[in-house]
Amino acid sequence: MFSVSAIVFALTMAFVVTALVRGVSRVRNNRAAPSDRQLSRGVAVAVGATVVILIGLLIVSVWTGRSVASLHASSAVTIEVTGHQWWWEIAYDDAVPSRRVVTANEIHVPLHRPVVLKVTSRDVIHSFWVPNLQGKRDLIPGYATAIWLQADRPGLFRGQCAEFCGLQHAHMAFDIVAEPEVDFQRWLDGMRRPAPEPHTDDQARGRDIFMTGRCGGCHTVMGTAAHGQVAPDLTHVATRSTIGAGTLPNTPAHLADWVRDPQASKPGNQMPANPLSPDEDRALLTYLEMLK
Amino acid sequence: MKRPLELPHAAEDVAMLEATWAEPSGFIGWLSHVDHKSIGRRYLVTAFVYFLIGGALAALMRLQLSRPDSGLIGPDLYNQIFTTHGTTMMFLFAVPVMQALGIYFVPLMVGARSIAFPRLIAFSYWMFLFGGIFLYVSFLLNAGPDVGWFAYPPLSETLYAPSRRADVWAQLITFTEVASLATAVSLITTVFKMRTPGMTLNRIPLFVWAEVVTSFMVLFAMPAVMLASTALILDRLVNTHFFDVEHAGDALLWQHLFWFFGHPEVYIIFIPGSGLVSMIITTFSRRRMFGYLAVVLSLVSTAFMGFGLWVHHMFATGLPQLGESFFTAASIMIAIPTGIQIFCWIATMWSGRIEVKTPMLWVLGFFAIFVCGGLTGVMLAAVPLNTQLHDTFFVVAHLHYVLLGGAIFPLFGAYYYWFPKITGRMLSERLGRWVFGCFFAGFNLTFFPMHVLGLHGMPRRIYTYSGTMGWGTLNMTASLGALLMGCGVILFIVDALMALRAGDLATDNPWGAGTLEWATSCPPPNSNFIRPPTVAGRDPLWDNPPDQPVIVGLRADVRDVLVTHVLDAEPDHRVEFPEPSIWPFLTGLATTAMFIWSIFTPWGVVYGALPVFVAMVGWFWPSRPDEGGTQPWPIRHRTLPRPNEAPAPGGAI
Repeated sequence: MFSVSAIVFALTMAFVVTALVRGVSRVRNNRAAPSDRQLSRGVAVAVGATVVILIGLLIVSVWTGRSVASLHASSAVTIEVTGHQWWWEIAYDDAVPSRRVVTANEIHVPLHRPVVLKVTSRDVIHSFWVPNLQGKRDLIPGYATAIWLQADRPGLFRGQCAEFCGLQHAHMAFDIVAEPEVDFQRWLDGMRRPAPEPHTDDQARGRDIFMTGRCGGCHTVMGTAAHGQVAPDLTHVATRSTIGAGTLPNTPAHLADWVRDPQASKPGNQMPANPLSPDEDRALLTYLEMLK
Repeated sequence: MKRPLELPHAAEDVAMLEATWAEPSGFIGWLSHVDHKSIGRRYLVTAFVYFLIGGALAALMRLQLSRPDSGLIGPDLYNQIFTTHGTTMMFLFAVPVMQALGIYFVPLMVGARSIAFPRLIAFSYWMFLFGGIFLYVSFLLNAGPDVGWFAYPPLSETLYAPSRRADVWAQLITFTEVASLATAVSLITTVFKMRTPGMTLNRIPLFVWAEVVTSFMVLFAMPAVMLASTALILDRLVNTHFFDVEHAGDALLWQHLFWFFGHPEVYIIFIPGSGLVSMIITTFSRRRMFGYLAVVLSLVSTAFMGFGLWVHHMFATGLPQLGESFFTAASIMIAIPTGIQIFCWIATMWSGRIEVKTPMLWVLGFFAIFVCGGLTGVMLAAVPLNTQLHDTFFVVAHLHYVLLGGAIFPLFGAYYYWFPKITGRMLSERLGRWVFGCFFAGFNLTFFPMHVLGLHGMPRRIYTYSGTMGWGTLNMTASLGALLMGCGVILFIVDALMALRAGDLATDNPWGAGTLEWATSCPPPNSNFIRPPTVAGRDPLWDNPPDQPVIVGLRADVRDVLVTHVLDAEPDHRVEFPEPSIWPFLTGLATTAMFIWSIFTPWGVVYGALPVFVAMVGWFWPSRPDEGGTQPWPIRHRTLPRPNEAPAPGGAI
């Protein structure tokens, strides 16, 4: 399509330049102008060529659209993606409710298997886009639509929100990890396990801060009393590669910064600052770091 | 060159005529102008000021994006800036400036003494001016809209946009739509009922055709967005639940209504641009436009098809595939009428004797940029490519190539072409080349890299991006290009100011053009034409025989105007046009108060309507019950010579 467009562009420009040269030189050399009849013939040919090219492009486009959209298979993995301002809720459905996996901002998919993404939004319109895997699909509140994709090479694919969704539209990214079936199943099993019990005193203290402080009001940590529904599930937060939907890489230092003042790196997001004593801070981070 | 035969006329008659059509002086008088030339000039200057402000906002965005992780402008301000930039350029510049050219030039080009409904035009201008002031005062009060120029709900609903910012956006739409609907009605009436005898439908200049077609599009497209923005205000003001999902409203309904307006809007901007291209090419190729009929039909069919492809803005929403294919087909096929126009322009140049003056330079720039933008448009029509490129910088590049290429380049050409007509002085050819060079090079440097950025996955409307994405270099290039473009615009302002002070005086027809606006002095007299000409061809100044009749018999002591028939422009009757009046200004003021009041409380509509009512009564108060109204044109004078026919005995009509 690009090459066809480039050729059409070059041809049209060539016509313009030729016309210009002929028109300008006629002022001097006074050569007779072609008759309107000849001009009509030329224009008719050009218009005819345009129509043929456009119809060709139309056929190619519809045909490609068909094949892109018809990636159906019964062995598909079903993933629910729900948009929030400004993060992604990811759920792997299962017939057994306890085997349902909920996570955020990171999607794992098996290689060579079609994946069906059921997308919707909890608040405003977002758009799910992984440039190297599939085109966009809007996440519209009140509508649930499905989009298919399939990864055929392993690796990390970056995705992001493509529909303007407010203050932090720029920081609403996610990752898709494409991995072999075995690794994918291992990951999924890991995600099904509740959060581990604290082993050290620091970890236990961190958990208490998490539960008694305000963290649990918004976040969920499976296997504990924290059941908040408005913020990302943190049961396995330490396994994720980014914080704040792609805002920062998930390193202990960045996590500490984020917990202390999420507004510094992603101003306007829903998470408040958490003024803790250095001691409490360290304990809380130790706890978060063990959520694998 | 043939000119209409000059009849000797008594000096006192001319003086009386000019006094009759003169506009009052003084401050109150200045607010009372109804002359289309005066209003058109104000419209052009105001729109250009909005263009400069919108451009300055764009420069701020480029400054912020020139480096990754830049902390210059925070997300809150950035969102206000890009929303206000888009809103300004679409609603306060591109559409109004094209209508402003129509207000100034359509009556001249059809040989009329005035525009139809002159007071309505004055009202239109005040609404346009007040709307823009309202937007920018809000912006300076930190209440500039921040929900995008498309304001998709639910993001623009009270729950997610609790401040007044979204109301400001929605109400600005109301302002500009009132203004452009009023102008559209006036332009259509002027062209259909006030053409000079002889200007049958198939002799209307192409720019005038473009304005008529655009005005009809305005009549059908603008109500859709007014409906949508009013429903949004109702949602926010009295909880009507049109679009809020929490109460079973529908978020997609907005997108259909908005794009049913939004896509035709593109053609509302481009079609007048194409009319300008036709005019400039005809004049500087020194031959009649080749394929006049094909071009007119292209304009009309573009207008019809323009209403049938709005869904290509919504391919990512997940509509059924059959529907998508239909809109793909429509989006691709609309390239055909545009292609026909382009080939007709090329054929005209091919067989003409071209003089490359500055206006022509801008038209050549138009070809390069618009064709490129049109081709990326055909790419975007394809669903598989669209779902990849939608809402990326590729689309930013595409829309600027189409809109700046299709409208701004011809517009700058028109500035150079018509500046002598409006001011009586010529812009500098030498500076003009520099302006064009800076703007053209800067434009491509700014927007071409954006294609690549889009293909590399950079989404639109992000206030910053991470350095790890590798988008820094191209963004820096784009920002430097914007700087160069800005230099071009500043140079243009310098050129215009210098020309106003000491430019070469313009002759009546400095380019040797063929259309009627050049059949009068530069700038035109108060009455447009001391002796309104009739026409015997498409380019009257080229085609009219030396003994072509002029119109006589219009009164010089009142604003007498000749009304003609729609198809053949045969004289029908005379109408006395209204005098200057302060009431359109006062009505505009009252309407503005009502509009602004109503974003704070629904009672604003009720109480605010009272002053509007009073002002309207003043506006329509009959001043001289014994005079005015319409007078039949004497029947024996109605028939005019046909194109290839000897003039009827009796000479002048």
